[in-house]
Amino acid sequence: MVLPCAGPMTSHASEPVAPGDDNAHFGSKEDNLRWYREMLRIRRFEESAAQAYTRGKISGFLHLYIGQEAIAVATKELLQPHDQVVAAYRTHGFAIAFGSAPGACMAELYGKATGLVGGIGGSMHFFDRKHQLWGGYAIVGNHVPVAAGHAFAAKYRGESGVTLCFLGDGAVAIGPTHEGWTLAGLWKLPIVYVVENNLYSMGTPLSRSIPVEDITLKAAGYNMARERFQVTSVAETKARLGEAMRLAREESRPVLVELITYRFRGHSMSDPGKYRDKDEVEAWRRSDPMERTMQALRRLHGISEEELEAIDEEVIAEMDEAVRFAEESPAPAPEARFHNILAES
Amino acid sequence: MALIQIRHAIRDAIAEEMARDERVFLMGEEVGHYNGAYKCSEGLLERFGERRVLDTPIAETGFAGVGIGAAMCGLRPIVEFMTFNFSAVAFDQILNNAAKIRHMTNGQFSVPIVFRGPNAAAHMLGSTHSQAFEPFYAHVPGLIVIAVATAYDAKGLLKSAIRDENPVVFLESELMYSVKGEVPEEEYLIPIGKADIKRPGKDVTVITWGQGVPVALRSAELAAAEGIDAEVIDLRTLRPMDTEAVLTSVRKTNRAVVLFHGWPYGGVGCEVIAQIQEQAFDDLDAPVLRVCYEDVPMPYAENLENLVLPTAERGLAAIRAVTYRR
Ligand SMILES: Cc1ncc(C[n+]2csc(CCOP(=O)(O)OP(=O)(O)O)c2C)c(N)n1
Ligand SMILES: [Mg+2]
Repeated sequence: MVLPCAGPMTSHASEPVAPGDDNAHFGSKEDNLRWYREMLRIRRFEESAAQAYTRGKISGFLHLYIGQEAIAVATKELLQPHDQVVAAYRTHGFAIAFGSAPGACMAELYGKATGLVGGIGGSMHFFDRKHQLWGGYAIVGNHVPVAAGHAFAAKYRGESGVTLCFLGDGAVAIGPTHEGWTLAGLWKLPIVYVVENNLYSMGTPLSRSIPVEDITLKAAGYNMARERFQVTSVAETKARLGEAMRLAREESRPVLVELITYRFRGHSMSDPGKYRDKDEVEAWRRSDPMERTMQALRRLHGISEEELEAIDEEVIAEMDEAVRFAEESPAPAPEARFHNILAES
Repeated sequence: MALIQIRHAIRDAIAEEMARDERVFLMGEEVGHYNGAYKCSEGLLERFGERRVLDTPIAETGFAGVGIGAAMCGLRPIVEFMTFNFSAVAFDQILNNAAKIRHMTNGQFSVPIVFRGPNAAAHMLGSTHSQAFEPFYAHVPGLIVIAVATAYDAKGLLKSAIRDENPVVFLESELMYSVKGEVPEEEYLIPIGKADIKRPGKDVTVITWGQGVPVALRSAELAAAEGIDAEVIDLRTLRPMDTEAVLTSVRKTNRAVVLFHGWPYGGVGCEVIAQIQEQAFDDLDAPVLRVCYEDVPMPYAENLENLVLPTAERGLAAIRAVTYRR
């Protein structure tokens, strides 16, 4: 008998879930202060980058993470020393959250010698091995099997490290993703695949790129565990992603996590984002995890306007300094273009 | 004559062929609702509807393969790669299916399909997004490879490519989509396999294509200021190559430079030089030189990228060298 399919695409989760205001969504005052500051650091970094782009200081493609910061901040807090994070080209947030120097990140965008990868890669190719950021991949989906390879290496060596691989909803359709998932499932690799489903791949809404709305339904076919929720707070993201990482670490079970989130800016700086109407963006702004954390600080923890402003001023000063550092840094030496093409033995 | 951007010449060629032939359809990422990442398909969805202008997911192997399968059934797909860098994902489909099926089936099937999109470096996109793909495709018997540099050529050659019975790889340029050129109001086709003399000259032949063409023309201008009269030949079709046009020019000038966007090693430039030395060795007064990317992955930093790219100045230096003027 032919069985019906999992459920065709009807309409998409293009409406944000209105998150509850109950305290369970939030952590302690210290947690919230830390999370807020970290999300703000990412946001202010990117706003500075966007300004620099507009002033012609940065070129190429610049994909902003604004709106999705809670994911990087939660991830940072879950990382253990031997874990690694592999992501695509919307990666500034991970670098800033993981501890890469904002100056080095900004200098990379400026194409300066002091950049994260010496000005060789730009925004789309962030790598900072020391801070557990293993890319930085700009060809959609081609990091998915590579990340499985990192997990393979950990298992091969009997190490406890877990690989976290982030990909966009748009990367779910492409072949390498499925080949990577097949091998991860088949070989029970210690990896968590996190689809950051921001509902669009460039101008394409989910309904035109994925036949079945719930991406995690694919997990069954790859023998992966699955988890799916909308990102409304660092606390919840951390708890649920943490459980996925525990499964991967302790039971060597690959897990497929779908995080429903939203980017407030265009796909890249050159995308005016005409395919989304204002109301939609506004609705999502109301569940912006950073904004909600700020509200929680006010409401639950009695943090004053002045205190919040002081945090912002510190963060802005930090990012101004990053811009200054990038501006004043030297361009790469001409001979740098010949370096690192092959390892020299 | 109308003065239009290359992106609109491409759009018009597609629209005319779609209007003329019901079998022609367009698919690719963002080609429909978004009107194309580089606006080469502006208005086509509105005009032809979703049956014939299809937005695809990011699935290059998938939609290239679907295109090939549909072409084997007699449809005439135009497959847009957002950039040719992403065609690497679909390489197997192009190499082992599009290019082989006619041969493998002893002529039972043909694959009339066009794969098109921007090729080579734009500006500060880094190593994965700045690659020139003509060597990969021109290497393959069973494919036709075209690279265009003007609105006139883009329109006339794309129309021919769409009508051709064979798989065609059609290379455009992100940097040049806004460049305007004159295009006749009335319909015209440009035959595949014919080079074009973009600038006549008598002292040296500069062979070029695609994004190299404007660079070569500027080199020729710089050379003219020094009294060197360079002839610039735009190959337009890289496979099959118009070797006769190259040889005719070289036999006249006795000197040649090949200028292109792409790596030197094993590229189309090598094929041009091989043809010249095999067939016009006695006509040469100097070794044939290449001006192209340095043999490195493209760096992001602007200063480094500028050093790697072929420039009019580097073109001039090569022209001086082959004419023994320093
Ligand atoms: C193989 C491939 N095809 C096309 C592109 C061009 N491209 C870059 S990002 C993108 C959209 C990806 O969307 P998604 O995966 O949802 O990630 P998001 O940008 O939303 O973070 C496209 C089509 C690419 N980089 N690689
Ligand atoms: Mg997306």
